[in-house]
Amino acid sequence: MIAGLTKRYGSRTVVDDLSLTVRRGEVYGFLGPNGAGKTTTLRALLGLVRPTSGTALVLGRPAGAASSGVGALIEGPGFYPYLSGRENLRVLARYAGAPAGRVDTVLRTVDLTDRARDRYSTYSLGMKQRLGVASALLKDPELVVLDEPTNGLDPAGISDMRALLRRLSADGHTVLLSSHLLGEVEQVCDRVAVISSGRLVVESSVGELLGLHRLVIEAEPLDEAAAITTRLLGPERVSVVGGAVHAQAGPEDAARINRALVLADVEVSGLRQEAQTLEAVFLEMTGSELVAAGPDPDGPPAQRTGRLSRRGAER
Amino acid sequence: MSTTTETEGTGSGTPEPAGPARGTAEAGRRTEPTGRTAGSLGAMTGAELTKLLRRPATWVLVGLWPALQLVFSTVIPFVSYQRGATFEGLPPEAVLASMLPDQLVLNSLSGLPLFGGALLLTLGALLAGSEYGWGTLKTLLGQGPRRLQVLAAQLLALLVVLAVAVLVSFGLTALASGAIAAGESATADWPTVGRLLRGLGGGLLIAATWGSLGLLLGHALRSTALPIALGLVWVLAVENLIVNVAAPLLGAFDTAQAALPGVNAGSLVAALAGDGATLRTPGVAAIVDGAQAAGVLAGFLVLFTVLTALLLTRRDVV
Ligand SMILES: Nc1ncnc2c1ncn2[C@@H]1O[C@H](COP(=O)(O)OP(=O)(O)OP(=O)(O)O)[C@@H](O)[C@H]1O
Ligand SMILES: [Mg+2]
Repeated sequence: MIAGLTKRYGSRTVVDDLSLTVRRGEVYGFLGPNGAGKTTTLRALLGLVRPTSGTALVLGRPAGAASSGVGALIEGPGFYPYLSGRENLRVLARYAGAPAGRVDTVLRTVDLTDRARDRYSTYSLGMKQRLGVASALLKDPELVVLDEPTNGLDPAGISDMRALLRRLSADGHTVLLSSHLLGEVEQVCDRVAVISSGRLVVESSVGELLGLHRLVIEAEPLDEAAAITTRLLGPERVSVVGGAVHAQAGPEDAARINRALVLADVEVSGLRQEAQTLEAVFLEMTGSELVAAGPDPDGPPAQRTGRLSRRGAER
Repeated sequence: MSTTTETEGTGSGTPEPAGPARGTAEAGRRTEPTGRTAGSLGAMTGAELTKLLRRPATWVLVGLWPALQLVFSTVIPFVSYQRGATFEGLPPEAVLASMLPDQLVLNSLSGLPLFGGALLLTLGALLAGSEYGWGTLKTLLGQGPRRLQVLAAQLLALLVVLAVAVLVSFGLTALASGAIAAGESATADWPTVGRLLRGLGGGLLIAATWGSLGLLLGHALRSTALPIALGLVWVLAVENLIVNVAAPLLGAFDTAQAALPGVNAGSLVAALAGDGATLRTPGVAAIVDGAQAAGVLAGFLVLFTVLTALLLTRRDVV
């Protein structure tokens, strides 16, 4: 869908020769840290900004020429503060050519019906965000583009959003979703792309990226723990970092490793699953060719200071 | 990479077996037209009108001009007339004559070259500029209209509101001057339908020129405060300085003033007022003749609109 897209603002190259393909019917996660160029790419996809070079095709037509069948929420909601939520959507429905009945449908979808009569300026952050999502759904579009849709949502709101994304996907919509948290998209996305500084780092299925889960084992004696883990997983997936064994292993391996360690009389004082932060993923991806070629990362991620929130395993 | 890859997706000719929900949704989707789906221009204009009418600022600006117009062209002269005093050097009889129905066109439009213009320019600037501040332009464009459709809808809605403002000004002035004529038992010599229509059309032309300048400034500067400030300074101060200070001193300015929007607006009002009218409102003066003024204003209206269109279609909306 996007081929060789480049966008420069002055001398700063914000998106650099980016090529991605979102397949019809899938939920596609678009990941990157702050300033990676996600929003800029999505804007180009919608024809809001003109790429310096390269093309973006949306549903087979050039971006901008065809916003048909695309609904989007880009970088936060933008609405008329003096109109109510429903009036805002009515205005947009007229621009979209959507039937007036859609307004109430999408309000129900995002659970805003009971506040629809209130002025937009009185909405809370999460309500504004949900109204933004509602506006993206007005046309019942084939492709839904959501730029960080969970911004400002509480945990219940986030899980509602996840359910909504699944429902959209089940109804046959294609969803393109940006985020800076891998953990946020991995549960709903079929495939993800990770970009950093405007360049594509990896485009792969979530299953492959989940191979990047890390098991942190604190045990005594450390050497023996490392040896046992290495025997189970192979040398390329195990390393010793700062007094702990780091293993590239998902939750499914944890019990097996734990049992082996205990049977070998190793004192296990800590065993926790760490989801990779994107930053770690970037370092791995850029640090080793092996990783770029496949899901199996070579060696441990380098030590890092987690700028992006680090998530303990919750699943 | 895209076209080829897309046909590999599930959207290709042979749909994959799927659950019933998915099947119906896709079947429903297929009946949609394949082209761009966006509202009609009429619907978009309606949306813009809704936005304008629900906005308190519109009412303030559009109400203020006719109200001030009435105060300055009729109420104040009438109070002065009742006291029997001279008003701006005119004897009371002349003051009365200047408020009677035959002066309806002049008294309804005399504020447009200056304060009326400033207020209507502000309306245009608010209409265009706040879309950027609120981030609503990207939301609108995200619904699929072409950028020129958005501009056309904005312009049409603005024209409707301006036309109503001109009508209200005529209506208020007509009521007041009719009442004065009846109260003072003076002859109510109403303008002919032709003059009235020319007055309405000319008033709308002037209002549209100012409004489109506001629209241009709002889009160009992507905000409201700066365009309004610049517009006001231009309409209320710069043109005045050029006409009253620079033009008498320098020949170049004397020629240049004939190309200013405010000067042409003032000349058009003077021409529409007719020959016998006393022109006492600042900004209203027959510097160029009426046909030329109308031509220049129409030229400005087109120029401002084209510039706005070029700007809007070329720019990155962030
Ligand atoms: N209009 C603009 N002019 C100049 N630079 C811009 C403009 N818009 C974006 N940028 C720059 O482009 C880079 C990428 O911005 P972008 O908004 O695409 O990042 P992002 O991936 O969406 O980040 P975030 O996670 O913070 O939303 C940033 O360095 C930003 O400063
Ligand atoms: Mg962003």
